[in-house]
Amino acid sequence: MSRIGVFVCHCGENISATVDVAKVAEEASKLPGVVHSVDYKYMCSDPGQTLVKEAIKEHNLTGVVVAACSPRMHEPTFRKACAQAGLNPYLSEMANVREHCSWVHEKSEQTTQKAFDVVRTMVSKASNNAALEPIKVPVTKRALVVGGGVAGIQAALDIANTGHKVILVERSPSIGGLMAQLSETFPTLDCSQCILTPRMVEVAQHPNITLYTHSEVESVDGFIGNFHVKIRKKARSLDEDLCTGCGLCTTKCPQKKIPSEFEQLLGTRPAIYTPFPQAVPNKPVIDRDNCTFYKTGKCKICEIVCPTKAIRFDQEDTILEVEIGAIVLATGFDVKHSDFFPEYGKGKYKDVIDGLQFERLASASGPTQGMIRRPSDGQIPKKIVFIACAGSRDPAKGIEYCSKICCMYTAKHAMLYKHKVHDGEAHVFYMDIRAGGKMYEEFVRRAIVEDHVNYTRGRVSTIYELDGKLIVKGADTLLGAQSVEIEADMVVLATAGVASEGSEDLAQKMHVSYDQHKFFAEAHPKLKPVETNTGGIFLAGACQTTRDIPDSVAMASGAAVKVAALFSSDLLTREPIVARVNRIPGPSHSTCVGCFLCQPVCPYQAIEREDIKDRAGNIIKSLARINEGLCQGCGTCVALCRSKSIDLLGYTDNQMHGEVLSVLEEAFV
Amino acid sequence: MKLGIYPGCSLTGSARDYNESVFAIAKACDIQLEQVPDWNCCGATAAHNMNKELSLSLPARILAQAEKAGLTDIVIPCAACYSRLMVTQHELNNDPVLKNRISEIIEMDFKGTTNILNVVQMIDLYVSPVLKEKIVKNFSHKVACYYGCLMVRPYKVLQYDQHEDPQGMDNVIRLLGGTAIDWGYKVECCGAGLTMSKTEIVGMLSGKIVKDAARRGAQAIVVACPMCHSNLDMRRPAINEYIGEKMDIPVIYITQAIGLALGIDEKTLGLQRHFVPVKMAEYIPPVPESKKQKAKEPTNTI
Repeated sequence: MSRIGVFVCHCGENISATVDVAKVAEEASKLPGVVHSVDYKYMCSDPGQTLVKEAIKEHNLTGVVVAACSPRMHEPTFRKACAQAGLNPYLSEMANVREHCSWVHEKSEQTTQKAFDVVRTMVSKASNNAALEPIKVPVTKRALVVGGGVAGIQAALDIANTGHKVILVERSPSIGGLMAQLSETFPTLDCSQCILTPRMVEVAQHPNITLYTHSEVESVDGFIGNFHVKIRKKARSLDEDLCTGCGLCTTKCPQKKIPSEFEQLLGTRPAIYTPFPQAVPNKPVIDRDNCTFYKTGKCKICEIVCPTKAIRFDQEDTILEVEIGAIVLATGFDVKHSDFFPEYGKGKYKDVIDGLQFERLASASGPTQGMIRRPSDGQIPKKIVFIACAGSRDPAKGIEYCSKICCMYTAKHAMLYKHKVHDGEAHVFYMDIRAGGKMYEEFVRRAIVEDHVNYTRGRVSTIYELDGKLIVKGADTLLGAQSVEIEADMVVLATAGVASEGSEDLAQKMHVSYDQHKFFAEAHPKLKPVETNTGGIFLAGACQTTRDIPDSVAMASGAAVKVAALFSSDLLTREPIVARVNRIPGPSHSTCVGCFLCQPVCPYQAIEREDIKDRAGNIIKSLARINEGLCQGCGTCVALCRSKSIDLLGYTDNQMHGEVLSVLEEAFV
Repeated sequence: MKLGIYPGCSLTGSARDYNESVFAIAKACDIQLEQVPDWNCCGATAAHNMNKELSLSLPARILAQAEKAGLTDIVIPCAACYSRLMVTQHELNNDPVLKNRISEIIEMDFKGTTNILNVVQMIDLYVSPVLKEKIVKNFSHKVACYYGCLMVRPYKVLQYDQHEDPQGMDNVIRLLGGTAIDWGYKVECCGAGLTMSKTEIVGMLSGKIVKDAARRGAQAIVVACPMCHSNLDMRRPAINEYIGEKMDIPVIYITQAIGLALGIDEKTLGLQRHFVPVKMAEYIPPVPESKKQKAKEPTNTI
């Protein structure tokens, strides 16, 4: 016969205000198997835990039920308390009478009744519980960082500096990400590349970092501490060991007019190219869609001029298989382009550009060498209109959220323009100026006061072209929604930041959840911002939501610490909540009939085949066996098993049946 | 091919020319147009500012009449009528309680199954496919297609065309062998609601439309809405006053443009009814406005 202790918590007034906790404790003491039942103000406090520990010893308890908050809050607390008192922690149960009862109901008899019902079911569960031992699994101390922007770079460096191996995977030919494309950064106006490139070089030189650019994650299997990852290394058409990065091939390539992705299509590049001069690694890649040889079968000029004979036209994609202990996702974000806005010309006006394109125009290494020249005719625009919130905070565009970075970079753009074109006019249309951050508000004021940028509060309804000018029609809502028309030479849209292309696909590969805008979901919006709901996978930077550089870097370091903590011990303790196929003495060995229908439904590939052999070595029966390292305790196989041969430890059929029966028992009133 | 048609008040009054041209091209393309029997006012402008139930009941009765007469597809040339009937069907189909209430008021069973077409949708479905074989002479003019407000908005209800930069009429003009210019006032307000009370505002709003079309060298403004037409055509004196010079750019219906291409005579198309004379045949393009002196703008131009 079990000896259960029931501990009813007041949670201050959180529970006791609507539930008669004393009555619940009293009624619980009459339940079969309950030998001890008390209530207390804060069960999670030290004295509260002592109450539990002492009762275990005094009454020789075989099970504990704490009627308090959600198990997500304090189950670990009470399990630990039980363990300290010498009781197997898996013999304790939480009865959630706060989130499931006191918080959602008015004070009444029925509320108390419901609280008691919850306690009764958990008493029944506790009396059927069995002692379980935690599972220990080894940890592979090698991290994978996906995405080589500033967040990925920072995460990789921080992890590598703790002495662990890191693999950094980047899908474009060079690391650097969006930050490498920026001209200057707010609020200090220091050159983006100047502060980023040393970090990029550090990544390339770090002995603990293996860098795979022009590569993508193909698949991810396994679980925390033991991921098995396949990386597709796309063909660079180049022997990277032989290539010295001299760049001769890029100067001789006959294809020179291909719009450059790095220059946001404002500049051109050859078919064999490095995206930008400071690229890491500084090894070119052949764009096979645009290469003359791949299109016509003739050319091979790059092969002829290459001094080290490094060109490999027949190179194929290779798949690398690596064992990984923890993963950091740092895949960043994309910006919408001007063709997203039919009211602003849907991309048909060349001089309506997006913010990232302006960065390239302002960049000293950009297509105009840092001169602000408009794309259509190369003239220096004398009047630029900057439109903030282009797409952002616009439910009609499907983007309800604030992209957060645009207020700041619009102020920066207007400032940079005024610094470069002294007689130019800069107009900004805005909804609100959201400049929260260290020295951010001061930066915006500087743009307005010192650099005379004209800020107009209001939206722009439409842009059309007339006689070479862009007519920007808007409203000034601080002047009673008076209509404003500006004849601009160029318009810069601070377009919304959106989830990076392919992020949905990646999230599905990683089994990481994502929000409706395809940004990756954190485990808790406040307390677990870098964790995901999948153990061992962490987030850094703008793949979670659009972020600026300081935030991305801080988050990356946060993720790195989580990885380092995971790698700090050789064995990882896992909850023993796993499925198990029963075993009984021969001749049947198990009620499992070996149909293996469970195998295809298991999302974690945890079900293996075990052959039972006689002494002569002949197979007499094949049974399913569950790999406890891989099993995540989802219970799908349990529900599917036709002969009821699989049980989920901690949630066995017998335990659940007992709970259900006790729910159906008659009420005490 | 048989389609229902709901003419509304304007097509029997101020927009007789529109009515005549719709029927003329329908006849030329073997489309039978059958009026919704015993139709009533759609309640445009006035009703939805006064009483919501009234504003839904009036169009609901028209649609119920069409359902009763077995007209599964109805074409509504007037953009305001089109908007009211579309909004009603959308709102009632999304709110069963309101649907029952309105059915009670009109004492008819409203199902909400009618396929409502504006005139450009009718053209796309039934005229454009046969145009090639029926065109007698290309409508080789440079025109500005003006959509106004109600034909393309609100998108949530109409689900028609790109509401910020519609292309429906532009594509028809291209099929006719004409050129549709890219201009800035495609979907701007003509001031329709103020045409009776504040003519000078109509003069300004419509004036900007006419001016932009003219200065870009358009030979005509093409519309598909009686209110747009009367504001741009009938209110031309107010427009001229606003611009400060006499504008002679004509305003024609898209159906008249098609009619001309099909070789239908101008009288049948109602072209003689316009206030601004339409002489498309001998039309000489004006000097683009940009080369003339710019007129003064009262708006806050920075």
